[in-house]
Amino acid sequence: MTRYPRWKFFLLLAALVVCGLYALPNLYPDAPAIQISHSEAGGEVSDVARQRVLGALDDAGLSHGDGEIVGSSLLVRMGDTEAQLRAKDIAAATLGDNYVVALNLAATTPQWLREIGASPMNLGLDLRGGVHFLLQVDMDSVVKSRMEAWEGTAKLTLRDAGVRYRAVSVDGTTLTATFADQVAADAARAPLRQALDKLAMQPAGDSPKIVMTLNETALKEMQDYAVDQNRTALNKRVNELGVAEAVVQRQGADRIVVQLPGIQDAATARRILGRTATLEFRLVDNSVSSARLRSGMAPPGLEFFPFKGQEGRIVALNKSSIATGDQVIDAKMGFDQQNGQPEVNVTLDSDGARRMQRVTGKNVGNPMGVLFIETKTDVKKVIDEDGNSVDQMTSSTDKYVINVATIQSTLGSRFRITGLDNPAEASELALLLRAGSLAAPVSIVEERTVGPSLGAENIEAGLKSMALGLSLVLVFMMIWYKLFGLIANVALLGNLVIIVGVMSLIPGATMTLPGIAGIVLTVGMAVDANVLIFERIREDLRRGLSPRQAIEEGYARAFTTILDANITTLIVAVILFAAGTGSVQGFAVTLFIGILTSMFTAIIGTRAMAEMIYGRGARAPSKLSI
Amino acid sequence: MSKAPMNINFMAARKPLGILSLALVIISVALLLTRGLNLGLDFTGGTTVVVKSPVDVELSQAREDLAQAGFGDAVVQHYGSPKEVNIRVAPKDDVDADKVGHNVFNVLKEHNADLELLKVEFVGPQVGDELRDESGTAMLLALGLMMVYVWFRFSNKFGVATVLALFHDVIIVLGLFSLVQWPFDLTVLAAVLALIGYSLNDSIVVADRIREDFRNSRQTDPVAIINGAVNQTLTRTINTSVTTLLVLVALYFFGGEVMRAFSEALLVGVAVGTYSSIYVVTNILFMMKVSKEDFMIPEPEEVDEMP
Repeated sequence: MTRYPRWKFFLLLAALVVCGLYALPNLYPDAPAIQISHSEAGGEVSDVARQRVLGALDDAGLSHGDGEIVGSSLLVRMGDTEAQLRAKDIAAATLGDNYVVALNLAATTPQWLREIGASPMNLGLDLRGGVHFLLQVDMDSVVKSRMEAWEGTAKLTLRDAGVRYRAVSVDGTTLTATFADQVAADAARAPLRQALDKLAMQPAGDSPKIVMTLNETALKEMQDYAVDQNRTALNKRVNELGVAEAVVQRQGADRIVVQLPGIQDAATARRILGRTATLEFRLVDNSVSSARLRSGMAPPGLEFFPFKGQEGRIVALNKSSIATGDQVIDAKMGFDQQNGQPEVNVTLDSDGARRMQRVTGKNVGNPMGVLFIETKTDVKKVIDEDGNSVDQMTSSTDKYVINVATIQSTLGSRFRITGLDNPAEASELALLLRAGSLAAPVSIVEERTVGPSLGAENIEAGLKSMALGLSLVLVFMMIWYKLFGLIANVALLGNLVIIVGVMSLIPGATMTLPGIAGIVLTVGMAVDANVLIFERIREDLRRGLSPRQAIEEGYARAFTTILDANITTLIVAVILFAAGTGSVQGFAVTLFIGILTSMFTAIIGTRAMAEMIYGRGARAPSKLSI
Repeated sequence: MSKAPMNINFMAARKPLGILSLALVIISVALLLTRGLNLGLDFTGGTTVVVKSPVDVELSQAREDLAQAGFGDAVVQHYGSPKEVNIRVAPKDDVDADKVGHNVFNVLKEHNADLELLKVEFVGPQVGDELRDESGTAMLLALGLMMVYVWFRFSNKFGVATVLALFHDVIIVLGLFSLVQWPFDLTVLAAVLALIGYSLNDSIVVADRIREDFRNSRQTDPVAIINGAVNQTLTRTINTSVTTLLVLVALYFFGGEVMRAFSEALLVGVAVGTYSSIYVVTNILFMMKVSKEDFMIPEPEEVDEMP
């Protein structure tokens, strides 16, 4: 009998120790904690703020942890969930508007384990509770508004170039400019091509017009930009919500996944995520008669809007804006020092500030209005002329004036919006302004909300079925294969440790309920390798081979078959990962990892144990316990 | 636990069982074509809400409350226990389709203040359509790749036999889902794909042994060789099925509502797969008149590789 290579023993031992170490943090239950982060992205929690929070918690008689900095936020452990809820309120009241306080769970992994980078597995939303949103970016409206902007650019360019045109119009992704004659059209060609470099100009025809269309590359560029800007803005909004470990990711061409673990109030989350809100600062025209305002017929250059919260009041605003929401750098809620009314303090970027300064400088004493524009988009199915069901995006826009104030002096980069109903409204407006305007309207096309108690129930269900399934298999193997069954069982348990270790080591891997099912299924299927080997050994013993030869032969001959078994399932796991979403992907991941690790433990692991018992070191066995 | 090699004359029953398999496949296909699958929320779109109450919930009352609020078409069912209720609302061409779930919960909460929201799932119609297409593609892709794998592995009559056995298993499981109208969602799709891997593996083990025996045995009677091979692999076939079934039973009873359909699909699938690896593979081999001559040309592949 050939000597069993020693390195395989070491490999096994190393794998077990390493995976065992990294699996360990999963045994420490998470502790309730509050997470405090600065309301500005990238802002740090100061030591002063930390001391104030801890002091306030002491005053309230709540026992708490020391508070550790994780990333850019402060995590304070609390004894139980009740203390956690109280602590959240206390911390929020102590720190005020500059900080966001959220409920979170803190890992209780001991220091020495954290130092080697060990942490518990990520739990999916179905196990920890939370909200999953799939948002779709409305590209049609992005294209539409961009084409409209280009229409304006085209007109300006022609005017600047001194070329007279009959009309400039936009239809879908095509922009058409018509001229009186070919000479004018030819003169317009070069400046238009230069000004609208994203549009492809079609060759000149017989009629005096220029046709330009949006090409695929530019369209894709626009899409990427819109989705990325949305993703960034959503990320900011999610941070503003104070959700710990939130995920905001692009999915496919025009979708964004938002996952908010532990969020219990899905309604608020969706309200914040699902809408686009922006502000425009415009001059108010008070010269319009009230009869005219009621008629709704706005004179040229003006637009009429309702005033929010004041039934019947209509305000006439200039059509062009002074500054827009995307020029807002920061917006904070505060209180007027004189009358205690809620207000929002706005900071503009340099472009916005420059324009604000120029316009307000010429209009001191005139009123300025704040127009609030909120866009909501929804997708619905409609039947087209051919009887096919197609998706149609409908967006509805609400525009109303939220504030009119007299310009007291020239405004610069900083000013206040007053006249808000209550602090909640002011803080929500500030939040929406801070989060920036979204480049394109988004709509929710999928939502999965799991309540926290269901998450806990799912974990319990998963662990229970695992425990029962595992015990049944262990007992079966012991009875059927005796000592070799025991060997297989030890390998199976080792396999579980390795799966958990590997799942904890891979940063992106997430455990879900189907993921647990994948492990349970692996437990049942992993022993197949040992069944194959042991049956071969029994056969070889019957054929009259010596026990050692039988072991050697059994392992050798069963190998191809085991490989087959696992390759087919590996292929399936890969397909499932590619096709599935969320929780089903969790199944694919554990199935994949489980298959690989089970091959390792069921072949190399059991062989090593069999060698230790019946191998060279021991007396040649006369019979095997199999 | 007997160590004597078994010798059951499996092939005696192969003809009636072959007819049974054929009949089951035909019935399943007919069911799938006429009755179809009871597609779950993932594939149809719509909204599902699961709520939990401290006391038993009267379904008729809940239905009435919902009907008054304009959710007359909602399907209201108990979910695992009389305290938990599952409400499913079909996709609506409504601007606020994505808010249906929260509205339903609010309606029910008005009549039962202690109601707890366990789960809301909203799948937009276009996402549902996509998931359905993707899942169909995934299943076909899995079957296709299995065929490619088997073709590499056998490239002869055995390949045809194992692939047909695979289709047999998948079609019968889908047929059963159609017959009893168990909900077919993404988790069940995962189960069916796992079954594809499992079932093929089972058939390959038996087919491998048959091929090995054809090559090495002095026997020339195909019936005797195949019967022998089935008997040699029988303990393995049964033991692997038993351990897999054991964990599936655990999942079925303790995995909760989410895993129920998953374990049902695999319980049936593993049972059918075990049967098919014995009878369907062999029956097809007989139909194709497999004989010792099929193995006269040595294959480039060596069966007994070293690990």
